[in-house]
Formats: sequence, C-alpha cells, structure tokens
Amino acid sequence: IIDLYIVFAVVTALIQIAYVAVVGSFPFNSFLSGVLSCVGTAVLAVSLRIQVNKENKEFKDLPPERAFADFVLCNLVLHLVIMNFLG
Amino acid sequence: MAAPENPQQQAATIRHAFGNVLSFLILLLIGVLAFSIRLFSVIKYESVIHEFDPYFNYRVTQFLIKSGVYDFWNWFDDRTWYPLGRVIGGTVYPGLTLTAGTLWRIFNALNIPLTVETVCVFTAPIFSAFAAWATYLLTKEVKGVGAGLTAAALLAMVPSYISRSVAGSYDNEAVAIFALIITFYLYIKTLNTGSLFYATLNAIAYFYMVCSWGGYTFIINLIPMHVLLCIVTGRYSSRLYIAYAPLVVLGTLLAALVPVVGFNAVMTSEHFASFLVFIIIHVVALVYYIKGILTPKMFRVAVTLVVSVGLIVGFAVLAVLIALVASSPTKGWSGRSLSLLDPTYASKYIPIIASVSEHQPPTWPSYFMDLNVLAFLVPAGIIACFMPLSDASSFAVLYIVTSVYFSGVMVRLMLVLAPAACIMSGIALSEAFDVLTRSIKLQLLAATENPQINAGDATKVTPNDAVKTEKSEDSVKERSSRKSKKKEKENVEKASSVSRKEKRLLVLPLEASMIAVFLLVLLGAFYVVHCVWAAAEAYSAPSIVLTTRSNDGGLHVFDDFREAYAWLSHNTEVDDKVASWWDYGYQTTAMANRTVIVDNNTWNNTHIATVGTAMSSPEKAAWEIFNSLDVKYVLVVFGGLVGYPSDDINKFLWMVRIGGGVFPHIKEPDYLRDGQYRIDAQATPTMLNSLMYKLSYYRFVETDGRGFDRVRHTEIGKKHFKLTHFEEVFTTHHWMVRLYKLKSPKNRIRGKTKKSKSKATTTTSSKRIGARKKNPWH
Repeated sequence: IIDLYIVFAVVTALIQIAYVAVVGSFPFNSFLSGVLSCVGTAVLAVSLRIQVNKENKEFKDLPPERAFADFVLCNLVLHLVIMNFLG
Repeated sequence: MAAPENPQQQAATIRHAFGNVLSFLILLLIGVLAFSIRLFSVIKYESVIHEFDPYFNYRVTQFLIKSGVYDFWNWFDDRTWYPLGRVIGGTVYPGLTLTAGTLWRIFNALNIPLTVETVCVFTAPIFSAFAAWATYLLTKEVKGVGAGLTAAALLAMVPSYISRSVAGSYDNEAVAIFALIITFYLYIKTLNTGSLFYATLNAIAYFYMVCSWGGYTFIINLIPMHVLLCIVTGRYSSRLYIAYAPLVVLGTLLAALVPVVGFNAVMTSEHFASFLVFIIIHVVALVYYIKGILTPKMFRVAVTLVVSVGLIVGFAVLAVLIALVASSPTKGWSGRSLSLLDPTYASKYIPIIASVSEHQPPTWPSYFMDLNVLAFLVPAGIIACFMPLSDASSFAVLYIVTSVYFSGVMVRLMLVLAPAACIMSGIALSEAFDVLTRSIKLQLLAATENPQINAGDATKVTPNDAVKTEKSEDSVKERSSRKSKKKEKENVEKASSVSRKEKRLLVLPLEASMIAVFLLVLLGAFYVVHCVWAAAEAYSAPSIVLTTRSNDGGLHVFDDFREAYAWLSHNTEVDDKVASWWDYGYQTTAMANRTVIVDNNTWNNTHIATVGTAMSSPEKAAWEIFNSLDVKYVLVVFGGLVGYPSDDINKFLWMVRIGGGVFPHIKEPDYLRDGQYRIDAQATPTMLNSLMYKLSYYRFVETDGRGFDRVRHTEIGKKHFKLTHFEEVFTTHHWMVRLYKLKSPKNRIRGKTKKSKSKATTTTSSKRIGARKKNPWH
C-alpha cells in the first residue's frame, strides 16, 4: 500500500512539473510548494516503509507504531509549512 | 551467578546515577561560566550595545516590540538609504530580533520588567550558554559523555566565539552559532538512531538557522558533502536516507519561507549541491533496493539498462542546468559566497566586500589568539576520530576540515571553526585522559593486587603480557589477601576481563601517566587563563566608547560618538538628512534618529559610491552632490587629535576606490604621492582640496598651532583654509566627530554664471537621481 502511495505522490509531482512547463510558473511559490509537498510526502512514505519493513535489520527494535507516529508528525510539519507557503 | 551480579549491578547503577548527577552539575556550571565570562564589558563600561551592526538589530527589535510581528514583517524603512529606503522585512534575517522579542515578552509576562536594551545586550551570553550545552550533546553523539563535557567546557571559553558574543554584541552570530550546533546535533542524532522524529526536529532547527544567519549555506553544503562521503565510502544505510532526504525537502521549503531567502532556496547555486545529492541518494537507495530483490544476474542486466538510460537523461538535464547557470555572470553564486570560493574575486570586482576588515584572510597569530591550545589539540582529535570511524565522527572530521579552509579565507569565519575545534579538542583530551587514567588505574590495581610481587613484575602489565597477568591473577585467587572472597573474585574477573581487553589497549607506565595527567591539567589551566584574558582585554571593548589610561593610571573615557549623536537628535529637525560614511549609518539611525544616506547594509554600491565621490571631490562638487540628495548635515570622524586610528581619513582610500569604481572621474592616482595616501605637505592638490581633508582638518591648526596629526604622525599640509560651502556646527570634546551643515545657496548671484564651469559640475551630478540645481555659486 505504501508503494502505491509513493507512486501516486511521484506522479502528482510530475504532473505539476508538466503543468508548469506548459503554463508558466507565475505564482512560483505555489508551484514550489505543490511540487515539494508531493516530493516530501513521497520521501516520508519511503522513510516509513524503510522503518516498517520487517526484513530491515537496522530497525528491528523500532515498534511500527512509533514509526507511524513519527511519520504523522513529520507530515504535519510538512503540510503546515506548505499551507503557509502556498500563499 | 545471580547473587554476585546484584551488588555489581547495584554498584554500577549507583555509579551511573552519580555520574549523571555529576554531569548535570558540570553542565550547569559550564552554562554559568559561558554566561559570566562574557560580562566583562558590562562590568567595565556599562550595559551598552557595541559596534555598528548591533545598533541596527536593536532598532529593528524596538520596532518589532512596539508594532508587533505583522508590521515588522512588512516594514519598509524610509529612514535609511535616502531617497531609496530599505525593505526591512525582506532583507533582514529575522531570527535574532524575533528571539529577542520573544525573550522580552516572556520576561514581561513573568513580571520582570527588563528594558529592550537589557534583553538585547544579554541575549548573546544566554545563547552562548545554550550553545555550550548543544556542543555537549553533539560531542556526546560523536564520542561519549566525557568528550561531550570537555568540548562544552572548551566552547564556553573559546576566545573566537567570545569575540562575537560578548554582552552587548547583539549580532546575528549570537544565536546563529547555537542554531548551527543544534542543527548538526540533530542531524547526527538522526543518523545514529534513524528516527523520523529527530529528522523533523532537524528540519525545524535548520529553519531556525536560516532565519538567523546567512551562514546557513554552510550547513546546506556540508551535510550533502557528508552524505556523499558516506555513500562513496560505502557507509550507505537507510538511516542515512532518513537523515538526509526529509531534511532536504522540509529544509528547502522552510528556507523558502524566510523572506530574505525566498526563491533563492531553489534558484541559487549555493543550494544546488543539496539537490544534486538528493538525486544521488535516491539513485543509490534504488540500487540497493533492487539489488536486494533481483538475483545477481538479473541485477547486472538491470544495471546496464538503467545506466544507459540514466546517462542519457542525466546528460540532458546537466546540459540544461549548465546553460542556466552559465547564463548568470556569477554562475548563480552570491558575491559573498563566491569570494569564499575564489578569494581574489572580491578585490577584483566588488571593492565593498574587500574593504570590510572582517572579510580579510586571518593572520597566523590570530589563529593562536582565537583558539589557543585547541590549535594543536585538533589534529589529535582528528586521529582519535578515526578509531573507530563512525558516521558521526566522519562528519566531525569533514566539519573541521571545511571550516579550517573557510576560516583561512575570511577571518570572520573563524567563528564557524570554533565549535569544530572545540569538538575535536574535546575528543582528543577525553581520549587522552581515558588512556592515562586507565593506565594509572591498572597500574595501581596491579600493584595492590600483587603485594608480594615487586615493582619489577608490576611493570610487566603491558599489552602483550595478558597471559602473564592472568597467571598472576590466578595466583592471587589462591591467596586470601582480600577481605572477602566474593570481592576478590569480582576484582579478578574485572581485572582479567579488563586485562584481556587491555591486550589491544594502551597501558602506559605509572609515573609517565601521572606526569602526563598533570601536564594536561596545566595545559587546560593555560587555556583558561588565556581565554579570560582575551575576553577581558581584547574582545570586550564596545567600539562606541573608548578608553585609555592616562599617565597616572587613571582611566580616561572618550564618549564622543554618543555625544555627537545626542547633539544631532536634540539640535536638528526630525526630517533632516545626515550624510556620513556607511560605517556610521546604523548608529546614526538608532541613536540620533535621523535619516541617513548610506548605512552598513551596503546593498547599493552606486549609492555608496555617490557618497564616496562626494567625499573625494572639491567643496563645490561635493555640495552639488549632497544637495541633490537633500542632505543637510555631514558627519565626519576624525582621530587626529587623540590618535584614534579608525577615522575617516584612514578609510579614505576606500572612498576613492569605491567612488572611482562607479564614477570614472575619480582616479585613485590623483590622490597618491609615490603610491601612498598622504595628508602632509607632500600631498597632491586633489587630496588637499577634497572634502574629506577639508572637513577633517578645518581649524585643526588651532589646537596645537602646528596641526600635528597623531594618527598619521605628520603635520598636515594645508593648515589655514576657510570652508565656502559648509559650516561647522559641532565638534565633540576630543574632536572625534565633526558635524557640518550645508550652507544654503546665496540669494543673490554676483556676476555672470560661468556656463562652462557649471556644465562641468552638472555633468557629474547628472548621473545621479534627483533634480539638477543650476549652480548658483559665482
């Protein structure tokens, strides 16, 4: 499921870039915040996936609840910033 | 073996708790030390804000507290850079002022009525205490608690940091260094634990750093460099990805939030490194992921496929990027950053950056003055970081190497070197003490455990003689020389396990280690003495008030600057404009509350060149220029009577250079005699006629009859002259600040206006903004 989410985020980012290439980047901050929000959620989802993956030796001790809580916190901060930046 | 474990465990926990309490107390004391060593200037002079830049920050803080955050964010300042004004909201790093404003509000909410000035003056020492604690945390992550405590103690006192954070030095670096260390600490913590929580905190700390100082580009380039280093040396792990990738995304977004940075966060070359490494780390992560999934043969096929496609795409993107970057003349870097990479850049193209004394390369003695003992503990620390090498210690090594390089370019960046040097020295000292105290302990242990064995055998406790040690321990086991058999067993177990470990660790002879410990403590004592001396004598001078010792030992205070500003604020109209060299702009707006033409922000080179040209021109031309800018008063700093070396005549060469950079009729060779600027009888006529000379030395000959300039150590060239276009309105007690007023044009014009002459002067003023007035003078 996380993989699908990652793919969705990346595709949304690509669509936004294509839009900018076509229409022009006038409200640059909106473009920036949109693209970076997609990239950001993708990155965070990847991090979550890394941490939750049972085969990953380095994160054996990390309970998945904690990983998810961190993920939620990070997303909160990210979206707060994006809302602010969207203008 | 449960029974004997418990007392051992208990002993261990008690020791642990005791150690915790002790380190907490030590940290508290370090904080108090860091705070109090910076208070010398408050004790010696008064609680006043130093230098030039802090006055601007102070004024901004006053405005913030008076008008609130929204007005501050959108503030357009019309009291500086007349007639251009300055967008404060968009050009200032708000971190410091917001921090001080918050502190003031907290104190007021607690009903502690501190004035804004007090809060501003003491912000720096408070944050240096925080910075010391942050250094403890950072070094603890790299090496351990002992190293952390040593590094924190070193940072609390290091003169280089003290120089920019004394009480009263209310400048960006005061909070920025704290933000820097905290950001690095959180990065290392994320790297060590791999937790997203710390990654979030890291991004927030980075945001605080971006708010505070332009030096944040150091972070955003150092961390990618470190990530690249880790990848290249094969230390890639998913923790690295979690540490780096969210930081880049969140960090760039947060950096773009700060108005000063804005879109520079994605457009300037200073940030490209982070994006490049972002892409690289994704590629590497993908490669590892695929490697884990596919069989080796398929992996190789996939690799060739991906590499060929990737190279094509990569080349295309790279070509576009290079075209974009090459199109801008500075390749996308800002002037200051470029001067860091190419130290000769500023002197060739931007004389203003070259003229700031803080931007010069440091001399060798200044390294020893600012870092003292740390200068030769750092290499030891670097070696200690290599055994064992972890991600965190490789980061520390990278940090010190880069900061040493950059501090060699600009003396101001020695400040960034200070925490790195403290960390390294802390590690080195802690490792040294480790080895030495361990040697002492083992030697003593071996000596007491083998009372029958003479000293000769005791010295045989060397790394290679682990077997022999065990044998001697066994013989002790048979002897019941200790109080209880259990304790003996514990000791033996501990000693034997330790001695087994000791096989690889170094154990030095007893006397040598004791002497070494004593010498190291002595070294620390020298360091402390030097730091206190540096803080008291060298770095605590508020440049706004000067002191000197008279012959009978009394203290003589020169308060001329504040005298002049007070005169200005009391005796001129609120809307009067004051022209001076840009050094004094901030102080004039903050203390005298008058509009200035140019100030320390130096963002408009042409405007500064205008003032410089005016100062270098003869009186009539200067009057023209100043009149076109609506200037009423001219402020000149003159040190010839008392021997104050940083006066305007000494800065005159920069006025000529900067003015000449924009207005070609100012030619530097006109002012030089034999390649030197002179003001005595050998000076060139252009020099003797320039406004700066005249305003500095007007009536100077009346002081001692000869006109002897104590700074240049000569008599002046032109002694008796009158001013035609300016009149002197105020000279301070020691003649350090002199104020002149522009004379208004005469109402009646005598004789014909000489058209050719007026054309010559008006062509120079036509290059400037403002209406051209026809020259009403003869």
